[in-house]
Amino acid sequence: MNQNDIQNLLDEPACAHNDTGRKTGCARPKPGATQGGCAFDGAQIALLPIADAAHIVHGPIGCAGSSWDARGSVSSGPQLHRLGMTTDLSDVDVIMGRGEKKLFHAIRSAVERYRPQAVFVYATCVPALHGDDIEAVARDASQRWGVPVIPVDGAGFYGTKSLGNRIAGETLYRHVIGTREPAPLPAGFAAPGIQVHDVNLIGEYNIAGEFWRVAPLFDELGLRILCTLSGDARFREVQTMHRAEVNMVVCSKAMLNVARRLQQDYGAPYFEGSFYGIHDTSQALRDFASLLGDTSLSVRTELLILREAARARAALEPWRERLSGKRALIFSGGVKSWSVVSALQDLGMEVVATGTEKSTAEDRARIQELMGERTRMIDDNDQSALIATCRDSGADILIAGGRYLYAALKARLAFLDINHERDFGYAGYDGLIELARQLSLAIDSPVWQRARQQPRWLNGVTATAPALEEV
Amino acid sequence: MACIVQTGKPLTVNPLRVSQPMGAALAFLGIRQCVPLEHGAQGCTAFSKVFFTRHFREPIPLQTTAMDMVSTVMGADERIQEALATVISGHHPEVVGLITTGLAETQGVDIGRALRTFRQGGEHAASVVAVNTPDTLGGLESGFALAVRAIIDALVPPSAVPVARRARQVNVLASPMLTPADIEAIREWIESFGLQALFLPDLGDALDGHLDAQGYTTLSSGGISRAQIASMGASVLTLVIGASLGAAADLLRARTGVPDVRFTGLSCLADCDAFVQALADVSGRPVPARIVRQREQLLDAMVDTYVVFGDARIAIGADADQLIALGQLLDDVGAQLVAAVSPYRTPALEALNTEEVLVGDFEDLEERARAHGAQLLIGNSHALQSAERLGVPLLRAGFPQYDHYGAAARQWVGYRGARQLLFDLANLLSTHRAGIEPYQSPLRQRFACCAAHAGMPAGSIQS
Repeated sequence: MNQNDIQNLLDEPACAHNDTGRKTGCARPKPGATQGGCAFDGAQIALLPIADAAHIVHGPIGCAGSSWDARGSVSSGPQLHRLGMTTDLSDVDVIMGRGEKKLFHAIRSAVERYRPQAVFVYATCVPALHGDDIEAVARDASQRWGVPVIPVDGAGFYGTKSLGNRIAGETLYRHVIGTREPAPLPAGFAAPGIQVHDVNLIGEYNIAGEFWRVAPLFDELGLRILCTLSGDARFREVQTMHRAEVNMVVCSKAMLNVARRLQQDYGAPYFEGSFYGIHDTSQALRDFASLLGDTSLSVRTELLILREAARARAALEPWRERLSGKRALIFSGGVKSWSVVSALQDLGMEVVATGTEKSTAEDRARIQELMGERTRMIDDNDQSALIATCRDSGADILIAGGRYLYAALKARLAFLDINHERDFGYAGYDGLIELARQLSLAIDSPVWQRARQQPRWLNGVTATAPALEEV
Repeated sequence: MACIVQTGKPLTVNPLRVSQPMGAALAFLGIRQCVPLEHGAQGCTAFSKVFFTRHFREPIPLQTTAMDMVSTVMGADERIQEALATVISGHHPEVVGLITTGLAETQGVDIGRALRTFRQGGEHAASVVAVNTPDTLGGLESGFALAVRAIIDALVPPSAVPVARRARQVNVLASPMLTPADIEAIREWIESFGLQALFLPDLGDALDGHLDAQGYTTLSSGGISRAQIASMGASVLTLVIGASLGAAADLLRARTGVPDVRFTGLSCLADCDAFVQALADVSGRPVPARIVRQREQLLDAMVDTYVVFGDARIAIGADADQLIALGQLLDDVGAQLVAAVSPYRTPALEALNTEEVLVGDFEDLEERARAHGAQLLIGNSHALQSAERLGVPLLRAGFPQYDHYGAAARQWVGYRGARQLLFDLANLLSTHRAGIEPYQSPLRQRFACCAAHAGMPAGSIQS
């Protein structure tokens, strides 16, 4: 991928980060003060949940060795995506220029042994620098072995994780989407008078299976999900994405390019939304109905929302008592910073501050609208500053990604993990109940108090004081 | 505050309770050059011997008076005399533990008189300690405690005049919930304050499982010596670990005037902190840096694992001391004790933070665990079948553990023991945690066989 291609990807017209006029989109990483993954990481994360494909990382062991099978995205069927596959390039491979050959044979091994529906091949820094032509290898291998082989050209040094997500979307758009027509509807599914509509979810990863709590609502409304990009997805579903009538972009700016181009090329409108909290889940279902322009669907959607919201509110009542008035600090970039705010407000909690690391001006405006003027927004990606803010604001709990988990724990702060590595699903009406439960358990856990108490003998004694060494 | 409920059912199924004589025998095994002698039918002893041999994977010295039909009806005192004479002349023990059983107690043996008769018959090098432990009452732990009390009664001389105290010597009365590894850990803990510990009994020295130069012996292979027991009155402090040893501690204090500090266990943070305080106070020394660090490590483990324990539902079937000690650790991390079964009744159980404690068996534990959706069982090896039926993991604790290795080497106490226990519990819980049920949409696209694979056998890897 050359500089122009990268620049074009960064210049995403639909992304609000693009509004500054500099057309650079994502902020540049700052040497010495950068956290977060690279473009390869982002590309891999976006595509790995496609469960019936083999995912081969073409590079030395540093790329796949530490990152395979580490995501919380789960599949209801094939588990092929959980296998960590890599060409594991050695220095001899690099010196002798054997990378492409090895990749070709790697694809063959994967196809023969595991019979995937498709093979994704991820470029990484070393072969990119070395000049391996993974597109050519993929093309040849695909012809030779009769399986779609998709080259994903997202070497780490191209940029950030967000860019990698976008490269993944672009790759799917170029190589996969539009290459197959949807399967016919199962016979006798629809009730009389109910028209089934085809939709896509983009940027939904089914972390810990959380989307399984929302999916039955789609069935009830007669919304067929052609493809979820990419939680619990199958390769052939991705191929049919161009036939959706509406696309929803879930909690992520990164794959907006896919939604925008589907609109451009196939006329399918899209909207951005989230499944966190009663309010947002209801709004997402409403947006589908209104963009589809189906009055019957709108009426059925409102009835479903009434029923589900009432059920969720009733189930939340005992938790609300425990959580009401508790103060939370949210530190999660982008859309999650406001979508989780609304979920917490559903629970009667007060959000004292929120991180806006990756948020756009639009996200910030929504936060202000939700939380009022006195809310503190933290831009700083600095863990110590974050924890200090947590203390100053008297927060009862810090809600953030796993990256901050252990920093928070060291500061003896109650913590809830909401990022991709988490173990619990919070999406939808039932997810909010789970969120309430987990928040209560975290806040009420006795360990924080235990950790803050000091026995009398500990007065002034520290583990490192040399004066107190063995007597 | 727990309510103690006697199930009172006519049929015990999968008993948790082990007999008092076995507990008493275990206590005597922690005394050097000792042999326990059970007064009963030979089967009692054979069972005890197999039970402990399988648990410790060690030879277990244990003898019997082998009451037969005639002696059972006509009086078995002669068999006691004969057995004592044989054991003492054959093996030259320092101490013989004379333990009654259900048979002997029902027959109405006066073990004290039998012992006096024996002593009148001549001088013997061995001290004989008699203890009444009918197996119609109590359990392993209470039998153990009765034996400890009897040992103190027989071997610790009263301090009529104030004795010269050994400023650095402390006594530890050690409940049977403490494994040999626990005893070792507590010994090191005490020694780190420049103190010397006398454990009564000392299973850490006897049944820790070590191959030594001595090889096979017909007597206990280690433990506290008779002379050391006699010197317990000279200690500056007695540390009592386990509520079951209350009566034994009372007697020791009354007899020697040595003050004591009592702990229900050493597996929770507060107990460990209090134990360190007691050692710091009596030694006058600062707390070693290593212990401070171990405490910090435990705290870190507590916050690292809190997510797993937040709503964990745990069921425990164990002797009271262990049940209480484990319950306190669960309180530290917010796990719920949803089913608690003890083999016998003791008021100490009321301190547990659970609604009720059943006095019952593994059938009760299984039933209660199922009703409350327990996610993990803690119990001895016999709990395995319940765990399998419930589909939950088992953490083995107590006696017997015959189906896996290292029961004696597992450390439950101290900051370190508690930390490892938290990790083990968290691992068992999170491996078995059920996630969100996969949902199969009826609308999901079903594709015909893939063209790309024409001619190839179907199938990628399925879950």
